[in-house]
Amino acid sequence: MITVEKLTKTFDTDSGPVHALNAVDLTVPAGQVCAVIGQSGAGKSTLARCIALLERPTSGAITVDGLNLTGLRGANLRAARRQIGVVPQGDSLLRQRTAAANVELPLEAAGQSKLERRQRAADLLDLVGLADKQRAYPDQLSGGQRQRVAIARALAAQPSVLLADEPTSALDPETTNSVLHLLDQVSSDLGVTVLIVTHDMEVVRKACDSVAVLENGYVVEHGDVLDLVAQPNSRIGAALLPTGESALGRADRLGSAPIAHDRVADLVVVGFHAVGTLLGEASSRHDARIDLLGGGLARISGTPVARFRIGVQAARPDAVLDWLADNGATVCPTSSEVAA
Amino acid sequence: MSYDWDTLIGELQTTTGETLYMVLASTVVAVLLGTPLGILLHVTAPNGLNPRPVTHQVVGAVVDVVRSLPFVVLLIALTEVTHAIVGTSIGSTASIVPLAIGAVPFFGRLVQNVLREVNASVVEAAITTGATRAKIVRSVLLRESAPGLVAAVGVTAVALLGYSAVAGLLGGGGLGDLAIRKGYQGYDNTALYMSVAVLGVIALILQFVFDFAARAIDKRRSAAI
Repeated sequence: MITVEKLTKTFDTDSGPVHALNAVDLTVPAGQVCAVIGQSGAGKSTLARCIALLERPTSGAITVDGLNLTGLRGANLRAARRQIGVVPQGDSLLRQRTAAANVELPLEAAGQSKLERRQRAADLLDLVGLADKQRAYPDQLSGGQRQRVAIARALAAQPSVLLADEPTSALDPETTNSVLHLLDQVSSDLGVTVLIVTHDMEVVRKACDSVAVLENGYVVEHGDVLDLVAQPNSRIGAALLPTGESALGRADRLGSAPIAHDRVADLVVVGFHAVGTLLGEASSRHDARIDLLGGGLARISGTPVARFRIGVQAARPDAVLDWLADNGATVCPTSSEVAA
Repeated sequence: MSYDWDTLIGELQTTTGETLYMVLASTVVAVLLGTPLGILLHVTAPNGLNPRPVTHQVVGAVVDVVRSLPFVVLLIALTEVTHAIVGTSIGSTASIVPLAIGAVPFFGRLVQNVLREVNASVVEAAITTGATRAKIVRSVLLRESAPGLVAAVGVTAVALLGYSAVAGLLGGGGLGDLAIRKGYQGYDNTALYMSVAVLGVIALILQFVFDFAARAIDKRRSAAI
């Protein structure tokens, strides 16, 4: 479990102070995968460097498993660094060392014996699917393989937190998927808390339990991905699953036989079973006509999630929406009445 | 009267030995003292592992002053120092002192430049493993830049070969001495050109050996093994 509290980082520059992080709060429960997402300049890198204990925050606390890591020095700081495995941004492998020797580096720092190190490095390379690449040098590996070695190295000293800074930014979509799958596996199989700093929404969609959105050094949104998707005003929700009316929906309404809907609402449904049956049952129970105006279905961290914009025509349209809300859907009316 | 080749060949052999002795000994000293100096310059730099702006500026200034001195001036200025260290200020062994002192800051700057080429995220990765600074210098900075360091030793050795010829001026012996004393002052062009040719061959061999070694230990972009 990692907790970031009121983390502030201000850089003094020639043109005055730059507030990179402003009272950032972030909590990642043990064994979960969390993404910090934001555009360049939002403060992602600074946050990652603070959590990696490479940068000293101006104020605030970073707590891993109840231990405050800010303000440590010397041997205590080095011991704290071993608690957090870091996959730095960019190429970070030692190019003059084999894959196995790279994985051994944190173990050398921890003072383990040659025999222990060898065994552990072999186990970790096996874990990341590179058992046959122990003696390969980084320049003989592909980008995805190098990233796997970097992940194995970050895990070598058995940290409770793994921090990955833009782990997929240089990878093609297929390799991105396999690296994200590996990070997911790390959290679920090893119980390691994973924090991914990224600008890529696909990372959130595919691998994350929770997400924090960073903007101008502020966390503007933070929570479980599935909860945020269900929130009508969530940017993450909107980005992962846009609700805008589809061309088909518009054509229906603007076509020769316009339908005057009594209610138009956005609907979020989590879980495949619910998505399949909910609308049909609502329609038959209330003798209502329900049109799909837009939206769609997506799989987020393995869970199917649907967000639809629906138009309702019924004697008691509010009762239809109430019934949907009572049966697991999140309903957000977009307008009380739509004129034809 | 035919040219006395036997004498010249004998002299070439002796002076080549003196030159190699001066170059190798001063290179060893330059590497032993210049490496820590280069590490100090790199580590105390503003973005280094242990930034120490004042130390960095002062050491850097001393290095640049010594490096800017013409070698002849250094040679003369250090006469007393040389005498104190080796008991004489004449001969090949005595030349090693000014040669090494001239080469230490030279090699130090080369080391600093080579270390600077190590990717920052590689160093940061090592920092996040909880390694000590000494461990990072040893296992990351020096190890990662080993090919560059070997090449820098080669550059230094060739530069010292040139300086060693100057040392001949003040009785240091070596091929430079032969070229100047017998070749130039004795109007013996054969001796002059032969000395220069041997110096050239030694320079080429040194450069080749160190470049080859640098490439041989470099694991980047190698398809071998």
